[in-house]
Amino acid sequence: MAIKLNVNDKEVQLDIKPDTPLLYALRNDLELNGPKFGCGVAQCGACAVLVDGKSVRSCVVPVNAVVGSKIVTLEGLGSPEAPHPLQAAFVKEQAMQCGYCANGMVMTAAAFLQKNKNPTDEQIRTALSRNLCRCGAHNRIVSAVGEAARSYREGESS
Amino acid sequence: MTTRRSFLQGTGAIVLYFNMVPTSVLGQQVAAGSNLPESLVANPSLDTWLRIDADGLVTLSPGKCELGQGIQTALAQIAAEELDVAFDRVRVAAVDTATSPNEAYTNGSRSVEVSGAAVRAAAAEVRDILVGLAADELAVERNKVGVANGVFTVDGSASKIGYGAVVADLQLARNATGSASPKSQDSYRLVGQSLQRIDIPRKVFAESAYIQDIRMDGMLHARVVRTGDREAKLLPPTDFSAVSRLPGVVKIIRDGSFLAVVAEREEQAVKAAKALVRLCHWDTAKLPMQSPTINEWLKKAPADVRVVAESGAVGSAEVARTVSANYSRPFQAHASMSPSMSIAQKSGDQLTVWSHTQGAFLMRGAIAKLVGLDEENVRLIIAEAAGCYGHNGADDAAADAALIAMHMPGKPIRLQWSRADEFLGEPYGSAMTTRISAGLDANGQIVDWQYDVWSGTHSIRPAGAKRAGHLFAARQIAQPLPAAPVGNIPQPRGGGDRNAVPLYAFANQRITKRLIPDMPVRVSALRGLGAYMNVFAIESFMDELAHAQGEDPISFRIRYLADKRAIGVLEKLREQMAAAGFDAVVAPAGVGIAMARYKNSGAYCAVAMRVVVDTETGQLKLDRALCAADIGLVVNPDGAINQIEGGVIQSASWTVKEQVRLGLNGVTSTDWASYPILTFPEVPLVEVALVDQSNEPSLGSGEASQGPTAAAIANAVANATGKRIRDLPLTAARIKKS
Ligand code: FES
Ligand code: FES
Repeated sequence: MAIKLNVNDKEVQLDIKPDTPLLYALRNDLELNGPKFGCGVAQCGACAVLVDGKSVRSCVVPVNAVVGSKIVTLEGLGSPEAPHPLQAAFVKEQAMQCGYCANGMVMTAAAFLQKNKNPTDEQIRTALSRNLCRCGAHNRIVSAVGEAARSYREGESS
Repeated sequence: MTTRRSFLQGTGAIVLYFNMVPTSVLGQQVAAGSNLPESLVANPSLDTWLRIDADGLVTLSPGKCELGQGIQTALAQIAAEELDVAFDRVRVAAVDTATSPNEAYTNGSRSVEVSGAAVRAAAAEVRDILVGLAADELAVERNKVGVANGVFTVDGSASKIGYGAVVADLQLARNATGSASPKSQDSYRLVGQSLQRIDIPRKVFAESAYIQDIRMDGMLHARVVRTGDREAKLLPPTDFSAVSRLPGVVKIIRDGSFLAVVAEREEQAVKAAKALVRLCHWDTAKLPMQSPTINEWLKKAPADVRVVAESGAVGSAEVARTVSANYSRPFQAHASMSPSMSIAQKSGDQLTVWSHTQGAFLMRGAIAKLVGLDEENVRLIIAEAAGCYGHNGADDAAADAALIAMHMPGKPIRLQWSRADEFLGEPYGSAMTTRISAGLDANGQIVDWQYDVWSGTHSIRPAGAKRAGHLFAARQIAQPLPAAPVGNIPQPRGGGDRNAVPLYAFANQRITKRLIPDMPVRVSALRGLGAYMNVFAIESFMDELAHAQGEDPISFRIRYLADKRAIGVLEKLREQMAAAGFDAVVAPAGVGIAMARYKNSGAYCAVAMRVVVDTETGQLKLDRALCAADIGLVVNPDGAINQIEGGVIQSASWTVKEQVRLGLNGVTSTDWASYPILTFPEVPLVEVALVDQSNEPSLGSGEASQGPTAAAIANAVANATGKRIRDLPLTAARIKKS
């Protein structure tokens, strides 16, 4: 069956079943690397993508639930030439070890910063409390999100 | 004096173990009298390590794998330093058995030590050869030629030519001689700098960075169907024809009790595997112990008993009082964020396997044996996955993919473990228990020290053909490979007894290791091996003794230390604690400290943890950690701090939360809900200070903070509540009950 999706501002049409998890459509059909498979049951956050600005766990979202929505993956957030403030901050703070969790951290934080432009560290921790990192990069990630929030605000006031 | 005795305790045990002698296992005999680093002796040809192209771009090809620890960056820094090129002119190739040097496993925090030394020597020699070529080319005396930024200089001024101009004449297919001397440290411009890691941009911008990002034409998706017990037998009826008719299913592969399904699409493979689970009946053994009875079981299990260190004469000193205590840890999981996977493809008589194993060359031998190919016909290509922290499911998944690929010639097979496959299939860090008994003289001085540790093995890596029997699938297939003997790493490194020998100078001491070869679940190397438990026990006990005598825990430790560097990190920690106001902490908060030198030969690390305990509920809040480390010459300070910091947090997670749960029918921890780890709101702040020791050789930092963190937390809880908990994890229930 043809499923039409809007991913990173592009319209795509996929011949897949409507109950296919969005994660597999993005990774396997569209060959996007951003969202990661970590658990498949909405427990770790590695697969996070933005759907209409909200962070969702693509491993448990069937593609037919996001037809007509705007889907953004890590690829769509920014590029080395034009990085999203979070991407720039993750590089600056060296906010990872293996980095497998980073997609989920960045995407979850991207949605969070839309709602809270001036978060405390504690609010950042709460916002990321359902995203797991096994390497212990948490404090660097919190710093990076705080740093990104600052540069957002500066970007808006300038 | 060290004596070694060995006898079998208990009855009916078949003891299978082998001593993992580093030289034979690593295949890296250091030639007598050789001045070359061990990895360069094993892989002497310079072209296995370095290539330079006509643009002067350098490709470094080490035998160590990137595991998220930043090793590629550190090695690139060393190469760029010695070659006098800009850091961004160095690329680092992934490990490939077809081209890379064989550096055995990437483990034990020795990559900077071992591979770093080889890269340094190889790069220095290549630079020397290039300088010789330039002297000819420029027709000047060799000693006038230098290099700056990849451009040759003559008498200190830039010439017109750089590396690229002479590479046509560069012959690197020659053995390293060790004739060139590496730079002296005072001229370092890159080593010692916190350069940004080379792998981070591709991860942040979602470029192809991980093994998961490899996609091949015609690639099929596979899943295995199994229980956590590799000896479990698949019982009849085994009519799976209904599943083979499901959409997209290409093949169901059954070889004995090895069962897998291959489908065109990933979600089809997932669905088919779920359908197979419902049709399978397994004959699986009941476990002889469950979570609450691990300690008793360990102490009664048949064991190989050895005194691994002894000095003075235990029992000879005048003892006024004897103090003893027992400590324990449960089984704990690597629980990597990415469940293991692998891609395998059989083409003709060749099998290629893409894997995130830590030991490409050893896996090549193990896989060849498993699938019945000659080793030359198997190629392993390494790509990065999420951090593994030791021997997780990576090797088993590679073996699974290889077995499946052998049934599907020509097809690239992508085998992905589910989250539950990983939790059930990975070998855990062994449950352990220890007993310490100290004799004190009339002044409270420790004059007698007896230490006993009970542990399963920490090494069942499938290291080559001989140990292919360690692979999960090796016991499942119709013609199973014999179970390989479990590893017994001798002192001074030690497995279960890693760091069991205290760094403290006690007049009389005996350390006894009891290795239990036959454990009810698979166990192998988890970050730090036995050091995590032994440091937890020794450093908890030292705190108990200090406290009983009303002595400051740092001064108490220093009294028994002869090692200046150990004293150095404790004194550094004392400064950090004063600056952070850790001296003024009152209940319900508490501060605890601990210190160890990893393996008694690696990095020194002292940790102070501040906690707050709610005595009503037992709820423990880890508030802030301070850490002082001495890792010798630091190649990349921020990279080292990142690893130490991550080690503190991971160890904190093990220490306050983690245990693999065992029920009668096997492991019941199958997901993040049944195996919870530390989350953002629970993670303490961590500050790491590196003690400057740049004249000492580099020491790996990856495993140094695991043990001290555990004891620092237990000591902090004891200081906050007055109650001592000796069994891990330090759960709220235990804190409340104590
Ligand atoms: S993979 Fe989706 S939440 Fe873990
Ligand atoms: S950096 Fe490895 S899981 Fe977070």
